Amino acid sequence: MSVDKATVAKIASLARIRMDDDALERMVPELNGILQWVEQLGEVDVTGIEPMAAVIPNTLRLRDDVVDADPLTGGGKQADVLANAPAAEHGFFGVPKVIE
Amino acid sequence: MTDLTSLGVKDIRDGVRGGSFTAREVAEAFNTAVAEAAALNAFIVTTPDHALAAADKVDAARAAGEELGRMAGVPIGMKDLFATHGVQTTAASHILEGFEPRYESTVSQKLWDAGAGMLGKLNLDQFAMGSSNETSYFGNVTSPWKKAGSNAAMSPGGSSGGSSAAVAARIAPAATGTDTGGSIRQPAAFTGICGIKPTYGRCSRWGIVAFASSLDQAGPMARSVEDCAIMLGAMAGFDPKDATSLQMDVPDWEAALNSDLRGKKVGIPREYRMAGTDQAILDSWEQGKAWLKDAGAEIVDVSLPHTKYALPAYYIVAPAEASSNLARYDGVRYGMRDLPDGVGLQDMYAATRAAGFGDEVKRRILIGTYVLSAGFYDAYYTQAQKVRALVARDFERAFEQCDVILAPTTPTASFPLGSMNEDPLTMYLNDVFAVPASLAGLPAMSVPATVNADGLPLGLQLVGRPFDEQGVLDAGLAIQERAGFTAMPDKWW
Repeated sequence: MSVDKATVAKIASLARIRMDDDALERMVPELNGILQWVEQLGEVDVTGIEPMAAVIPNTLRLRDDVVDADPLTGGGKQADVLANAPAAEHGFFGVPKVIE
Repeated sequence: MTDLTSLGVKDIRDGVRGGSFTAREVAEAFNTAVAEAAALNAFIVTTPDHALAAADKVDAARAAGEELGRMAGVPIGMKDLFATHGVQTTAASHILEGFEPRYESTVSQKLWDAGAGMLGKLNLDQFAMGSSNETSYFGNVTSPWKKAGSNAAMSPGGSSGGSSAAVAARIAPAATGTDTGGSIRQPAAFTGICGIKPTYGRCSRWGIVAFASSLDQAGPMARSVEDCAIMLGAMAGFDPKDATSLQMDVPDWEAALNSDLRGKKVGIPREYRMAGTDQAILDSWEQGKAWLKDAGAEIVDVSLPHTKYALPAYYIVAPAEASSNLARYDGVRYGMRDLPDGVGLQDMYAATRAAGFGDEVKRRILIGTYVLSAGFYDAYYTQAQKVRALVARDFERAFEQCDVILAPTTPTASFPLGSMNEDPLTMYLNDVFAVPASLAGLPAMSVPATVNADGLPLGLQLVGRPFDEQGVLDAGLAIQERAGFTAMPDKWW
């Protein structure tokens, strides 16, 4: 499989990365080079093989159902959460107007 | 008095404990060395005050007769992928420039709790994506090493290139690294130092900027196997904040170090004898076999039949996870925002990400988005995850016949900066020997073996069973004792 400029534009849009025509043109052969190379995986006989989900067998743990079980990741951190926001306003993340 | 910057982790810790010198003297010596080495561009920010404050705490604790931690008095470099409270954390990206976390990563906190201090945040490939440290927004890191008879700037490897350069240049006795597909081992090999990636889950990923979550593991980079054992002991341990953290005890790797390999079997994977590998690397591999035999081990041939498919599988799995992880950089919650006049939310996302990510990061996000998209998911992603299962099964079968695997770390020695940029694929191939252990989540280490005809270091890689960091460290120690690697870069910075 290979991608053309329109496909790359579609992917870039899905990935929310603005790309002008020049950038798209440059990306087409680069992505195709990588995609053609990974295509060799198709040769591998994977009959009966389950796709790997976890590299080291592990089970999901449940934590105790208590408020602020770990104070580092618990609540009451509004100022910390907003501290690095580019446009925090009135205790919220500020974003441009959304009018559809 | 001895030059304190010539000392490693163990010697500093023991010297501070024994009162040969103070932690403050050590911190001052390394702070000065860091300040003089700006030409390497190993650090994105330096934090001399952090190192001094930690040292003063250790000196005060010693004066008060308190027990000192296992890293007490050792100032280290922190890869700028670990969130550090109040200290800029960028992942070497523009999009996170100025980001000052309000929390501390688990691994860095454990190191401070053990008495270490921070010299600064180390440069790396942007979001840890690269094998040469040429994708950082903050400029390339230059290796302290030069080819004999040449003044060309060499690559320190990547992505932990600031870490490898700093330790090799003796401006830090040790540094943290992270390894997703060789990012600890390859730079360690390029710069003549040691580095170990533990079993997946040993070190908490909480507070480490995520690249590919099923592969990312932190580990130490230092100048000796003992130093790595000490520092890994301080970094590892269960963390309920990381869902994949291993809930098991951390052995005392340092205390148990033993280079007597009698009764051990060392596997030599025949598929690692690949076209394109330097003859000097193949020779060092032969030498490594002889050293381990001399240490009492039996050498056995093993087969890892899916080796050649590990790298292409990695270049589907890792970008797929990256495209998902990096979706969080949207110009809303942290990091930079690019808001052209009069545009809406969607265009703000796209403009921010266009301005904030470098080319290699964009390339991997696009590949990841493509292989996860409807209609292609099974052909690419599911197939890659099946191949990954086969790569892991190869190792399982090999470890029925041997205790540890010996292989080269890289197919070549370091190369000049700028010499591999024509085609992204050439660069990817440098991780061909490192990626299989990452895909299988296994502990793996690089130790320096020798220098090639150009005077550049070459590393040997040891891969162990899950949870058997000890076996890897022991075999590494056996090589270290026999290799007698003392080569050092000439100081030009």
